[in-house]
Amino acid sequence: MTRQPMIDEWYPVGLVSKLSTTGQDTMLMGQPVHVALGNGGEPLVTAQSRRFPVISRFGHVWTSLGEPKKDLFAIPEAYQPGRRFVDVGVVRVRCSPLRAVENFLDIAHFPFVHTDILGAEPHTEVQRYEVEIREREDEVWATKIHFYQPQAAKSAEGGITTEYMYRVPAPTCSILYKTCPPRPGEWDVITLFVQPLGEELCDVWPWMALFDDTTPMVDLIHFQQLIFLQDRSILENQMPRLLPLDPAMEIPTRADMTSVAYRRWLKRHNYTYGAQLVAQ
Amino acid sequence: MKLYDYVLSPSCYKIRLLAALVGVELTLRPVDFHPGGEHRGPELLALNPAGAIPILEDDDVLLTESSAMLVYIASRAAPEWLGDGSAREGARIQQWLSFSHRLTATLGSARLHEMLLRPGDIRGLQSAGKQALRELEAALTEQRLSDVEFLVCDHPTIADIACFPYVALAPDGGISLEPYPSIRLWQRAIRALQHFIEMPGIHRLHELRPAPVRPEQGA
Repeated sequence: MTRQPMIDEWYPVGLVSKLSTTGQDTMLMGQPVHVALGNGGEPLVTAQSRRFPVISRFGHVWTSLGEPKKDLFAIPEAYQPGRRFVDVGVVRVRCSPLRAVENFLDIAHFPFVHTDILGAEPHTEVQRYEVEIREREDEVWATKIHFYQPQAAKSAEGGITTEYMYRVPAPTCSILYKTCPPRPGEWDVITLFVQPLGEELCDVWPWMALFDDTTPMVDLIHFQQLIFLQDRSILENQMPRLLPLDPAMEIPTRADMTSVAYRRWLKRHNYTYGAQLVAQ
Repeated sequence: MKLYDYVLSPSCYKIRLLAALVGVELTLRPVDFHPGGEHRGPELLALNPAGAIPILEDDDVLLTESSAMLVYIASRAAPEWLGDGSAREGARIQQWLSFSHRLTATLGSARLHEMLLRPGDIRGLQSAGKQALRELEAALTEQRLSDVEFLVCDHPTIADIACFPYVALAPDGGISLEPYPSIRLWQRAIRALQHFIEMPGIHRLHELRPAPVRPEQGA
């Protein structure tokens, strides 16, 4: 059996703000791990005699079961002064970790799943946008996405046409840059960090870095939880449960360009934990 | 009326749903239940020592049980949701309000375990939840044989609202509703009510065709 390259990637396993000395048991790619606060106040991720590498970043504790070849990705925009960081909290979903990311990248479902919030009939058309695999960064990017949204953010008053950019810097992480209603010219940063527990089970840790000085923190958390929980029941019913990487399996449309690029990028790197290679 | 509310809580949704259906305006006070655990903080424990939400405040009335809130809202704004005043309907409504706590303790706990990683014996919870669903299915099937769509009488009551959310969200806790056709038809009847509101996991009706009109008896 060949080594699964996803083993060398970084994954979120907990919120830094929720660490305790007693710790929490969790799972990463089928491996039980323990996440706790060490005596010196540092996060520890362990399994019996093993101790795994750790990074604290974007409000979360990150670890890897393998030998990471590079640092965890950066989100420079998130650290512009004046942003508020929102720990949305964990939600478990019985789906492939790759499907959770792919759903996050999809715009076409907004009017039907997030009705009257992120989309509304009859404004269902996804206009042409640009997608590329950036070779130097080795990331998937989708840009120049425009979509009409009745309530794009907690801070949005009424419907606006929102501009989006999506970025996939790691196989189970995606970052969405989105028009920031209170501060035109800047982007709100909304992320989806996915912890693969198994190939068909994941813990999802949404996190945000927003320009919004007025909305109470609890409202920001609830807005994002509302959106993500609308997706959860859909994700748990997707078939096949593993993300199909065989192009014979499905016929994509223009709106699916980001998904096509994401799947191509996964396949290129052999990032197949949670994927189905041959149509069944 | 002020409701201490959490957007993902089926018990809070019961109150929001009835208020919307009968046209009562609520002031929502969001509670950081997850990940913050605010319901176990000093401010909310002073209102409800049980450390649970929803909590409803209206002048000098303070309620911490969702069934009591349904009674209160219906009594204030829509008494027809409490039945016809007969011993029979009144008691049957009470029966279902008590039954709804079993749904919370089984289906609701299974959902919190599967979704927000709360502790619990998941197999035991799912199996007790299925038992409750079978009882509900049997009761709704009997009602349908008498051509009645709702739990107590031929129009919705607070009994339906008390039972609906945890049942509709059973799949969140890994329990399929496919084996229960009467439950599914009952849910459709509730979702078709005028002024129905949704919550995450409970979608509005997207049917392309309107529901067929049921022929009048004897026609």
